[in-house]
Formats: sequence, structure tokens, C-alpha cells
Amino acid sequence: MQSALKILRLDIGLPLDGGGTLSPLEIGYETWGALNAAKTNAILICHALTGDQFVASPNPVTGQPAWWDNLVGPGKIIDTDRYFVICSNVLGGCMGTSGPASIGPNGTPYGLDFPVITIADMVRAQAALIDHLGIDRLFAVIGGSMGGMQVLEWIASRPDRVGAAMPIASAARHSAQNIAFHEVGRQAVMADPDWQNGAYQLAGTKPVKGLAVARMAAHITYLSDAALHRKFGRRLQNRDELTFGFDADFQIESYLRYQGSRFVDRFDANSYLYITRAMDYFDLAAGFNGRLSDAFTAFKGRACVVSFSSDWHYPPADSRHITRAMIGAGVEVSAFEVETDKGHDAFLLDEPQFHQAMAGFLEASAADQGLQ
Amino acid sequence: MSLLPVTRADHEIILNAVPEGARVLDVGCGDGDLLARLKKERRAIVRGMELSQSGVNACVAKGLSVVQGDADFDLALYPDNSFDIVVLSRTIQATRRPEMVLRQMRRIGAKAVVSLPNFGFWQVRLSLLLTGRMPVTQGLPDSWHETENLHLCTLLDFDDLAKANGFTLESVTRIAAGKASAPSVRTTRLLNWLSEEAVFVLKRIAADRP
Repeated sequence: MQSALKILRLDIGLPLDGGGTLSPLEIGYETWGALNAAKTNAILICHALTGDQFVASPNPVTGQPAWWDNLVGPGKIIDTDRYFVICSNVLGGCMGTSGPASIGPNGTPYGLDFPVITIADMVRAQAALIDHLGIDRLFAVIGGSMGGMQVLEWIASRPDRVGAAMPIASAARHSAQNIAFHEVGRQAVMADPDWQNGAYQLAGTKPVKGLAVARMAAHITYLSDAALHRKFGRRLQNRDELTFGFDADFQIESYLRYQGSRFVDRFDANSYLYITRAMDYFDLAAGFNGRLSDAFTAFKGRACVVSFSSDWHYPPADSRHITRAMIGAGVEVSAFEVETDKGHDAFLLDEPQFHQAMAGFLEASAADQGLQ
Repeated sequence: MSLLPVTRADHEIILNAVPEGARVLDVGCGDGDLLARLKKERRAIVRGMELSQSGVNACVAKGLSVVQGDADFDLALYPDNSFDIVVLSRTIQATRRPEMVLRQMRRIGAKAVVSLPNFGFWQVRLSLLLTGRMPVTQGLPDSWHETENLHLCTLLDFDDLAKANGFTLESVTRIAAGKASAPSVRTTRLLNWLSEEAVFVLKRIAADRP
């Protein structure tokens, strides 16, 4: 079923932060629009934890619609008639890029033999793809949530390869609260007997219960209290009174169960462990003697940092931290906090203020970089 | 923070004070009207800081590089000498610590351009004299308990403060009834009577050597 995916196989050894190399490297990716002759109109979009490369067209494997359909496409704000848009599945993922479910050197799925990877490793893999496409410098790198971490890593490690950077609803380091929620998710997966110490593919099982619980817990962090209240309140699910049992009495319970069960069909449990680990390990300043502004001093492009007022997963304070460091580093930065009660997920939704800011930022960046 | 007439005569004067291609930071940049003009008409490299979220959002949508920040606290983020000119238009009277703000401006840029309402304007003085109440004029339209202005001053007061903090006066331009006069090189007592609003162009004096 994976034949519907476009996969680049590189027989290189990808060096990893944790030591050693990964070889071969496979990258599942998609592109939209056309690269101009000067190769100056490429936008790399970085997806979030459970996202994939299908930012602007439906995923042929899962049948899911494009995840940023409202922003990316012909005539849209990220205009594929104008820009060459690239999106690749992250390293450690399960949509065509090398990850724990891929076949390892001994002919069986890696499982826990897959090396623990970092956000910087993900960006290293993306850079290999960009090299392969013959692109020297990206017009823009854009990403929300974990995608925003990749954006920050791009401008810190490859400052002269990025013209404009837009980290959205993101952070320069994972907080204790973020790590805590991820640990709950991982423990749920690992507590499922069908996880089989990570070797469930060989055992012919699937830790669907554990992974569904992980997704349910995570899903709560993507929504605000106000949004949950508006959407579900204390309303009951297809019943008029409480059952005095542990069935899904409340709509919110039913909704979370549904989200959990849908997720396990499209996502690999070990990928979930590896990618959440990479996010937990992310602390951009750590590589710069603890000074975040030092991470940005070499970046000469523009940046626009976006946050959402009711996002308690990556709160506006995390974005302000990034902005302040960029100002200190002399980066041309704008910072934008969208007033919304939709929580972290707002970055995927129709938020007119956010979309206006992105349009203004891209337009000004294109003028700066002499792009028609 | 629009307290004075909507026609921004101060913007014209500030535009004239900015040379082609200068690096300009506008502190309290509102909706970015001045920044947009500086960028277009002066080809200036412009950045802004604005307290209100709505102002910041409007600026970013226009493609301006503006961050949310408070002049009282956030100017410390900017590196030394990172701008040629730091603009503070109709803002200093609303800051909590005007002297600290001036010192930060001096550290960040070689020149400071400050526009402010003048409490020494004859109409203001007359209003206080005749009514015995805090003046409410076209330039100071809000009553004392509603105004955002924390530190109102006269042109002479501001001139003193600037000079005490390492600036020399390059020019001061009187604005009354929305019209600017020719710039003056001294803040005279007459100017203090006749200006409803004024724009100061200040130059940093080289730092004292230890």
C-alpha cells in the first residue's frame, strides 16, 4: 500500500546526534508547483508530530484530506502557482521516511534497534532532500508545533540556506509539562502487552490500545478548555441520562475514543515513541552555551513568530522567548499573537488574523528577495 | 495612543529627519503608518515595537517587521547601536519611566526623534488658569482619570531631560492646529507658549570616557 508514496532513497550515511549514521536513508516527500529557473522560489513546510508530507493534497494511503488545505494550493496564501512547495515526512516517521517500522539492515523491521533521533537529525534529512532537489537556498521554511522546532533548527544550523522563517505555535525548547505529557503517552504504549518490547511487527501484534490512549491524552493538549466546553460541554452521548457505568456517557469521552481509534490505523506506535523523544530532547540554546540569541546571530533572513492566545501546549510565552532572542541577535523579526479560543490546533484552522499575517510576511519576504 | 489630532503633522517632520536608507526603530508604532511611509519614501530599513496586539497584527499584515513590546521594559532587548534613528512618536508621555526610555534610545541609536504633546501650550495654561480644572483640549482630549498620559510635560521640561541624558538638540519643530512651523535650533520660551505639539530631533553626545 506504500507504493502510492513518492520515496527518495539515498545511499548515504546520515550522521546522527546520538552517534553513528543511518544508512540507507529513505525520505517520503511531495512537491507542488514548479521550481523556477533560478531555484529561488522553494518553500519547505515542516509537519507536526503526527502529520505527514500531504500538506496540499489528500494522503493516498490513509485517505485523509490535505492537512493545510486552507493555506497551501493554487491561488492560496502559500500559492503553488508561484512557489515550489516541498513537504517531507520526518525522520523516524511512518509515511515513507526511514523510521522504526522500516526494514533494517538485518532484513527485519528496526523496532527499538532504530537509533534515537533528534529534531536536528530530522533537519539533516530534510537538507539531504533539498540537496537532491538541487536547491541551494530556500525562499522560506514554515512549520507549526514540532514543524516550528524544525524551522528554528534550520536557521540555527543552516542560516544561509533560508530566506524567511516562520515558526508557528512552537518553542525553542520542550518544557517539563510538554515532556510530562509525552511520557504519559509513551508509557501508555509500552504498557500495552501487544507492544512486545517494540518488536510487535515480528510478533504479529499491534499495541492499538496503548497508542489510542496516548493519542487521547495528547489530543486534550491540542484544545483549549473553552473550545472543549463549547464543542462538548457536559452533553451526553446518544443517551438521556447517566448509565452509572464506564461506557462513554459524555460526548467528550466518545470523541476522544474516536480520535484514539482513528489514529492507530494511520500511525506506528514506535514512531510515536521516537518522535516524541526527539521533541523532548529539543533545546536549541543548549548547543549555544545556553544563549538562545546566539543560535540566531548568523541568520540574515526575516522571521515571523506566530502564537495563539489560548494555546497552553506551546503558549505565547514560548514564542515571546524566541522573539526576544531574535531581537537580541539583530534578526529582522515580527511577532504575532492571534486572539483565539481554539488552543494549539488553531494553527491548522481558519484563523483570519493568522492568515493575514502570513500573507503579509510572505509578500514582504518575496519583495525582499526579489521574487516575482 | 491617539490623543492629538488625527492628521499626523509629526509624521511629516519625522520623515524629513530620516535620511535615505537609514535604519529606523519606531517605538510605539501603532498601525505602522509611519513605518510604511519611511520604508516607501525613504527606503529606510524599518522595525517597530508596539504595545497593542491589534497594532502589531495590522503591521505584520502589511509586511512590516514589528514585535509586541513595552517601551518601559523591552527596549533593553535591542543591541547597542543597532539603529541610526529611534523614533518615539506621541508615546513618551504615556511611559512609566520616560528617563529610562530616553537612555535606552540613546544606547540603541545615534539619533532620537521624539514627538510629544506640550502641556506648556497657551491654550492648556489658559484652560487651567480660567477653569481651575485639568485641561481638556483638542490635543489632550481625555479627562484626567481616563487619560493614558502618565507623564505630561512642557517643551522646556523635555528639553532639560534630553540634555541631562546625553543628547544635544538638533532641532525642535512646533506644531499647532495640525500645521508645522520651520524647525528651530533652540527650545525657546516663546516656542513653549505656541506649540500644541512638537518634534524633537536629538543627537547622542559621544559617551563620557572613564
